[in-house]
Formats: sequence, C-alpha cells, structure tokens
Amino acid sequence: MMTYDITIGGKNYRLDLNRADGRWLCRLDGRDVEVDAVLARPDVLSLRIGNQAYEVKCERVAGETHLWVGSQRFAAEVRDPRSLRGRARAVDDRGPKKLIAPMPGKIVRMLATEGAEVEAGAGVLVVEAMKMQNEIKSPKKGRIQRILVGEGAAVNAGDVLAIVE
Amino acid sequence: MFKKILIANRGEIAVRVIRACHEMGITAVAVYSDVDRAALHVRKADEAYPIGAAAASESYLNIQKILDVAARSGADAIHPGYGFLSENANFARACVDAGVKFIGPTAAAMDAMGSKTKAREAMERAGVPIVPGTSRGLESFDQAEQVAARIGYPVMLKAAAGGGGKGMRLVHASEGLKSALEGARSEAVRSFGDSEVYLEKAIINPRHIEMQILADEHGNTVYLGERECSLQRRHQKVVEEAPSPMVDAEMRRRMGEVAVRVAQAAAYTNAGTVEFLVDQSSVDAEKKFYFLEMNTRLQVEHPVTELITGLDLVHLQIRIAAGERLPFTQDEVQIRGHAIECRIYAEDPDNNYFPSPGKITLLLAPSGPGIRRDSGMYEGWTVPMDYDPLLAKLIGYGTDREQAIARLARALNEYFVGGIKTNLPLFRRILSDPDFRAAKIDTGFLDRLLKQKQPEAPSDPKTVEAAAVAAGIFATLGSPAMGAGERPVANGANKPNAVSNWKAAARKEALR
Repeated sequence: MMTYDITIGGKNYRLDLNRADGRWLCRLDGRDVEVDAVLARPDVLSLRIGNQAYEVKCERVAGETHLWVGSQRFAAEVRDPRSLRGRARAVDDRGPKKLIAPMPGKIVRMLATEGAEVEAGAGVLVVEAMKMQNEIKSPKKGRIQRILVGEGAAVNAGDVLAIVE
Repeated sequence: MFKKILIANRGEIAVRVIRACHEMGITAVAVYSDVDRAALHVRKADEAYPIGAAAASESYLNIQKILDVAARSGADAIHPGYGFLSENANFARACVDAGVKFIGPTAAAMDAMGSKTKAREAMERAGVPIVPGTSRGLESFDQAEQVAARIGYPVMLKAAAGGGGKGMRLVHASEGLKSALEGARSEAVRSFGDSEVYLEKAIINPRHIEMQILADEHGNTVYLGERECSLQRRHQKVVEEAPSPMVDAEMRRRMGEVAVRVAQAAAYTNAGTVEFLVDQSSVDAEKKFYFLEMNTRLQVEHPVTELITGLDLVHLQIRIAAGERLPFTQDEVQIRGHAIECRIYAEDPDNNYFPSPGKITLLLAPSGPGIRRDSGMYEGWTVPMDYDPLLAKLIGYGTDREQAIARLARALNEYFVGGIKTNLPLFRRILSDPDFRAAKIDTGFLDRLLKQKQPEAPSDPKTVEAAAVAAGIFATLGSPAMGAGERPVANGANKPNAVSNWKAAARKEALR
C-alpha cells in the first residue's frame, strides 16, 4: 500500500494506492475511487475512473513536474509522507524555495546578493541565451539564503541557481 | 531531370524537400552543422555531409562550404529551402558559376525584388498599385516631412534593405517624425548595414494577404491563390490560412493578375510570393490592396496552398528548374476547401515567448482526417539553441473554414511535446476566439488577444482528481519524469573546478 501527499494545482490530496492481481485499489481523501490504469509508455497513462477515460502525460520541464490530463496542464508535487526523504522534501510557502534555470545559458548579471531581502517577483539574476536576456525572479518574499552561481557561469536547464528562504 | 539534389537547409523544410526528392526518384544530399548531427533531415537523406560549427555563418550560410559539398557529392542542383541562402543573389550567382542549378529564381530577379525601394520603383513603372509613399530612399528630414504631409499621417518609415520589423517606425504625427527617422536609420544600419529608409502611408490594422505565383523558364506565369497571413506577432507569422476569408473569386482574379504582372516585371521564374496589404477601412466597394513586397523563395506556409490546389509546389519547383513547362494553365487551377496552418515553436508562452531549447522527452503527434504535419522534431531529440526554434507546422484541411478549424483544434488537443515549452497553448486560444472563428482578423489581432488577460477557467474537479490519481500511479510505477531531481551547477564562476559526483550528491542532499 502506497500513501502519498499530492499537490495538484494548489490543492492537496491524500492518496492511498494498492495494486493487487494487476488491479488498482485507490482511495482519494478517504473516498474509494474505481480506478483502472494502463501505462502506454513510461510517461503516458491510459486512466479510467469509473467510465471516464483520460490520457495523462507526465513531463519534467525546468525543474518542475507537470501532469497533462488531455491538454490541460497541472503542476504536480508528490510526497511520500512516510519516508525521511518525503518529509524533508515537503515544501510550503514558509520553507526555502529554489530558483531554477529555465533553459541552458549564461549568467550575465547578478541583481541581488546572498543575504539580501527580496520581494516576491524581484529579479535575482539574469540568464542570457539565444541573444535574449531572461530575468530570474524570486518566487517568494524572503531572504536570499544562497546563490550558487556567479557572473559568467554556464548553466543547464533545471540547475539550481539560488535559494530564497 | 536531376539525379541528385543538395538541400542547403535544415529542420522541417529540409525533411520536406528530401521527401519530394524521394517521391521523384532523386538522390537527396543533406548538410549538417555540428549540433545537427542527430537532426531528422540527416536521417532521412541518402547522403550527408558535415559542414562545420553551429553558427549559421560557419555552416548553413557558408556559400563556399555548400558548393564544396555540391562538387564532392556530384549534386546537379541545390534547393535552398527558405531563410538561409534562399534569397541570396550572390549564392544564386555562385551556383551558376559552379555549374549547379539553383532551384529558385535568378540572381537578377532576386536583385530586382530584394531591395524594397527598387521593387517599389519597378512596381510603379509596371502600374501595380503600391502603398502611397516614396520609391527612393529619403534624402533628408525635410523631404520626409514634405512627403509625409502630402500623403497624410500616420506614416511608416521602413528600411529599404530588410524586413522582419527592423528599421520600421510608425509615426502618428509630424512631431514624432524627426526622432523616428533617426531611430529607423540607426536600426537599419545595425541590422542590415544599410541606412536607406523610405516612407509609406501607414495602413492601420491592415490584412496581410499574399499571392502564390509560379513561373516556368518558358515565359508561363500563373497564380495559385492567396494566403491570409494577418495573424502575426512582432511581424512574424503565427497562423496562416488559404483561401483568405475576405477574398472572393473576383478579388482573387484581380490580385492574381497583378501578382503575375509583378512577377513578369521582375522576369521571375520558379516559385515566389507577392505580398499585399489590404485596407479594410477603405470605403470603396472595391477593396483596396497594395503591393508590399515580393518574396523570392518558397515560403514556410506553402502547405496551405498545396492543400487547396492539390499541387505539390516542391515537385513543381524541381521540374521548373529542370527546364520543364508548367503542366497546367491558369484556367486549370482550382481552389477547393480550406486549410489553416499553425507554426509550432520551441517557445515559452508564459515567459514572453522566450526560446525554449532542450530535450523532447515525449512526443505524441496528431494525425487522422484532414491533418498534415511537416515536422523536424522527434522524441528524444534535443532542440538546439542555435537556430530559429520552428519545430513543426500543423495544418488542418476541410471542405470549408469551419471544418478546417474543427480538425485543427482536434489535432492540437492530440499534440503533446514533453520536456520543452512550446506555443501549442497559444493556438488553442486563437482557434477558440470568437473573432478568429468569425474571420474578423487583421494584423493587430494577435497583439490584442495576447494583451487580454487569460480567463482562469476553473478546472473540472473530476479532471483534477484524475491528475491526482495519475500522479500517484506514475510515482508508484517509477516514472522517470516523476523522480528526477535538480542538478547542481557546474562551471560556476565562483566555483572554478568541475563539481565532483561526490560533491554533487552531497549538495543535493543538503538542498532537500
């Protein structure tokens, strides 16, 4: 039996999943849900809930996991509350947030320093790629706990650039 | 007929031309830069030659290297695709000198149409309607002032040597003319190395309608119907359709005959497109259209014309270049049905359409009735950041515009490109817009749509639940996308040594 704390589109769910005889048993927020699921590809799920059919795709872009149900996109976070790793990963608005490089490029300018207080949406550094500059903004109001790159650094998509707490 | 054609291009258009070669029994030669070794066009070709570093100037724009490959491969013709060297008169001339047939117009025709001011002059002489303005570069601010006063504000200043919106300034009143002229000139110098700027009457929110023409090397020129290309962002086309919803048979005939006159004035051969601006505000019953410019190449949006005419333009380009006569007359050209094309780019719509290169981890591509897909991408391919990020063109075709829209919208819902950001969501928005569906469009349409705040459509709770259940199932089954963690940065300026795996793992733990 697997238990997860799941955040989809800002809403939290508790999901209990069990697999028996190739069938799925599912409980969502304490409610039994009739689930039938077949993996078409590692990241493509053919899901039936009752008689509703869904094609769900999973992808990771720039450090975020997205789930697409049909052509609707949701940000998804899955935590296993029973593992140490799960507890440590539980991130809410009060915890530290990471600034992620959205694409490969080069850091051309620092807009803030370690220890500085920033507002949500304030620019922290500037990444340049394909002759365009992209300001990386702080996702929350707080203090820049750490900056992991300097001017001139080459970065890849998904790299952690800074942490705001 | 040619035995071997070198395709001097990359991406979806290179694949498309290679396909035409194979359909005609011609050997296809591909060229590729260092970052394009794994590109789709290399796999589809019969022969492939490396041509150097990623930068276009070192590879796809390098005339010497391209001709060197032509010589070594024994290619008897070169298809330049669009962009890159397709409208480069020097390249066309170099091909002649090298004894290789350039599949396109002559250098002389390119020269005649390549300079916007020269083209305007030629059109004036040919009696083709042009937007009122100057046909020579502006010599002084005084002259600009006089012309602007004569034709009436608002006016548009434009660079003679270029396009793509560079060196353009819209001036609403005489007070703004001086600084606009200075700005346009300096931008023109920076972008094209030529400060020549001319002036036209600005038509507010015109429709951009272009006419496809085709001419053989025996004096036969025909028009193949128009395309509506008004949906643009920063002067780049985003959605194109054929026929234009506002053009009836009579207007098509008038515009087509003008387009043929334009082509003949330039002694044009092979495929080309004459662009017009249509002033919807003109009160005449006869809708006013003005020559804007001529594109002396095959265009990105050629598929919509192919679908409504049933013709294969690349086959015809090759046949014309091989000396054949057009196999049909103007009367035999039939327009049937409606086609709409979306250009799918690796861009992030949530981040001002910033290019979004990276690895495509999952590709679910649509097909089915009335769907054509010209693509250069594949699952597992890493989109390079060195070139224009056009991934694919998706075209919906139907018996009428409504059916074309329905099919295209259906196909867009089936299309999934995972691992990178694309502008697919933009097209869903456009196709569901009531003004678009009613064909109430002009060149300002997309800017207006993008300014509107997107209504936050509340998600159906059942859909959100499905997502939650799926998330758990993916996690249980160990889906790769669910489990990947962030990577620490290597090569930081304040971390001069490469990060060891040990350190990387330790840092990952600390960040959890």
